[in-house]
Amino acid sequence: MRLRRLTSLFLFSILTAAFSPAQAAELKVGVGADITSMDPHYVNLFPNNGVAEHIYNKLVTLDPDSRLIPDLAESWKAVDPTTWEFKLRRSVKFHDGSDFTAADVIFTYDRVGKIPNSPGPFTVYTKAIISSEVVDDHTIRFKTATPYPLLPNDLSTIYIVSKKVAGNATTEDFNAGKVNIGTGPFKFVEFKRGDRVELARNDAYWGKKPAWEKVTLRILPNDPTRLAALLSGDVDAIENIPTPDFAKIKANQNLQTSTKTSHRIIFFHLDQQRDQTPFVTDKDGKPLEKNPFKDLKVRQAISKAIDREAIKTRVMEGLSLPTGNLVPAPMFGHVPSLTPEKYDLDGAKKLLAEAGYPNGFNLTLHAPNNRYVNDDQIAQTVAQMLTRAGITTKIVTMPMGVYLGHASKLEYSMTLLGWGASTGESSSALRPLLATFTPDKGLGGFNWGRYSNPAMDGVLAKAMATIDDKEREALLQEAAILSMKDIGLLPLHHQINTWATKKGVVYTPRTDEYTLAQEFQPK
Amino acid sequence: MLTFILRRLGESFLVLLVMSLLVFTGVYAIGNPVDLLIAPEATAQDIAQVTRALGLDKPLWEQYFYFLKQVLNGDLGRSFMFNTPAIELLLSRMPATLELALAAMFIATVLGIPLGLLAGLKADSWIGKTIMTISILGFSLPTFWVGLVLIMFFAVEIGWLPSSGRGPTSSLLGMPVSFLSWEGLRHLFLPALNLALFKLALIIRLTRAGTQEALLQDYVKYARAKGLRARRIIGVHVLKNIMIPIVTVIGLEFGSVIAFAIVTESIFAWPGMGKLLIDSINNLDRPVIVAYLCVIVVFFVVINLLVDLAYAFLDPRVRLGATAR
Repeated sequence: MRLRRLTSLFLFSILTAAFSPAQAAELKVGVGADITSMDPHYVNLFPNNGVAEHIYNKLVTLDPDSRLIPDLAESWKAVDPTTWEFKLRRSVKFHDGSDFTAADVIFTYDRVGKIPNSPGPFTVYTKAIISSEVVDDHTIRFKTATPYPLLPNDLSTIYIVSKKVAGNATTEDFNAGKVNIGTGPFKFVEFKRGDRVELARNDAYWGKKPAWEKVTLRILPNDPTRLAALLSGDVDAIENIPTPDFAKIKANQNLQTSTKTSHRIIFFHLDQQRDQTPFVTDKDGKPLEKNPFKDLKVRQAISKAIDREAIKTRVMEGLSLPTGNLVPAPMFGHVPSLTPEKYDLDGAKKLLAEAGYPNGFNLTLHAPNNRYVNDDQIAQTVAQMLTRAGITTKIVTMPMGVYLGHASKLEYSMTLLGWGASTGESSSALRPLLATFTPDKGLGGFNWGRYSNPAMDGVLAKAMATIDDKEREALLQEAAILSMKDIGLLPLHHQINTWATKKGVVYTPRTDEYTLAQEFQPK
Repeated sequence: MLTFILRRLGESFLVLLVMSLLVFTGVYAIGNPVDLLIAPEATAQDIAQVTRALGLDKPLWEQYFYFLKQVLNGDLGRSFMFNTPAIELLLSRMPATLELALAAMFIATVLGIPLGLLAGLKADSWIGKTIMTISILGFSLPTFWVGLVLIMFFAVEIGWLPSSGRGPTSSLLGMPVSFLSWEGLRHLFLPALNLALFKLALIIRLTRAGTQEALLQDYVKYARAKGLRARRIIGVHVLKNIMIPIVTVIGLEFGSVIAFAIVTESIFAWPGMGKLLIDSINNLDRPVIVAYLCVIVVFFVVINLLVDLAYAFLDPRVRLGATAR
């Protein structure tokens, strides 16, 4: 009996070995968020962009450290303060064999503005262009109204499609897979809603050829499911290892992990504008005469009362980098001298006493509970830490969809938020989070603390008009130092991105959180 | 009969109207999906422009009446996330959910009725007691946990079945189904079993209770006295009489299996409607939420109607039109 079972097992394994396709050429990746559209210009949504990264190129792209590198543009320069010139790569072909030229670029940027019904259009990144000029098939010039140094960064978000094929294409045409022609390392094969995206290698790719003939991106948003798919061998790699399982996965002989500091920073906004703030009271629950967060000493005390190392080791299982910065090294605008605030409970208590709150006060802290890694646990832990310093803290958490509406109407006093500098430089955090709230200019849109420092605004504005990279980086660093000295927001840590692969496959981890099949290599 | 059906339809229209109003108000109260989706660099004008383009700047009542007008034209709105008509999105996901729900009900019925019958006939034997103990587990263990245990055991530990996802599909009467291929069946088995467990326990208990009650009835005693074979007594006299409550429950539960497949779909990454609903709620994608709930309400109405019709078939004493109020 046992013998027969063994024999059948043996036969079974031979059969499966014979019928399964060559292992080396196929890669299956479990991705952690639902993919909604195949139209690369419909909505600026991270999971959708993650697919487009395989099929299309951009003029400029980000390297694994989120620094700008050439993509379809070989080089770019500002010929005068309001004109950018991009030299396009020659002999690049689309998947259908047609040539890539400047006309495709013009068409693409035009198409971005014509997509109907988008709740998150890409026009934000193309609107700086007031006119464009095709100098020759491989040279293109963009005019901006004012000096605009961020054009290359902004254009690193726009995927170039073929004018010939996508000429009149609608989002439906892309979803149906009729017009998904790019210049990227993979060709589009199939999109099954809520299930998977299938890709095939572009053998005529102009850049480094990917190692995989066939790639399947499986949509597995549920953490345990994604992990089980890896453990059972259904997929070869996954992104976003759930933190509680990280140690176990790391110790597993059949798997390996790769990590990289994310561009995403987790921080708190403290309401520092209003004279009275809704969720702070005295110890008896009565309103305070003034808003304690307006006092720099109180903000410093809160920063000192938070033990960022403890959050790293206990809550994040080591998967965070405590920070005092807005962007991690070596990203554009990182300031090496801004180190994370040291945990100092006595110092915090002393500062609170100096500010006139020797017995502290009561606070309710608000946070989302489904957006960032361990967001609700972080909020709980910080509440405990503040309570120890004398600020008796309660927490309220809710899903991001609910939270965002309330928090952006300034209904709360202390709020947790995460921010990814997705265009690869620190002004993409400074402008929305710390600049004085001026909605007409698109500044301070997420400055829920309403921090306002005219000196910082001035430096930032100057940086935004400075084309020279070195000078601009120095100005951005100065702006970061000014606002961090004021604790314009209270930085906690950068998340750490994680990937797990089966043995024999390695991944080059990325700051921008993308999971790209072309960056997986057989070892 | 016809008036009965018509009245039912009228009632369900009211339900649909009230439900859509509730959902509309609820999602409106939560917030604006544009805030959630627009790029952080957007200016106030950008946000206002996008909000206007989607019609989200209008007062709630105006949005609602526009929605009603569109519904009369057969359009439940376009998804913000997918830029696809919501109903089309749901219909593309529905076959997967229906297949899963049908497979689960199939497992629950095919296993549940014989096991319940057995437990009822041999209530005091070890076999009856074992069945009942297992059914308690089916009731009390949470679906998501059982799902994970099933995956851990069948996919990760012994590796017989795939851990998640839907297998290859083939077309049956225009619907993509996965149960026609071996690979598809392998993918279908675990989620269907997971979804079936609770219903299985329910059907076992119901059948057992009904059987025990029926065995004490005079007609069964009489049949025995007449010397009929046990098979005939059970198959005709017992089973047929206990079928009415069971059919009711199976019918009603089928609706809830579809509606609550969400948990199983999430755990097994099954690309059905439930997973779509969860994502849509997180993204405040109102057209999809409203369309999903409308579809579910219609399901419940149709299923209830079918159950009532099945009554009349199973029990000749029930006459639908005649017994109407």
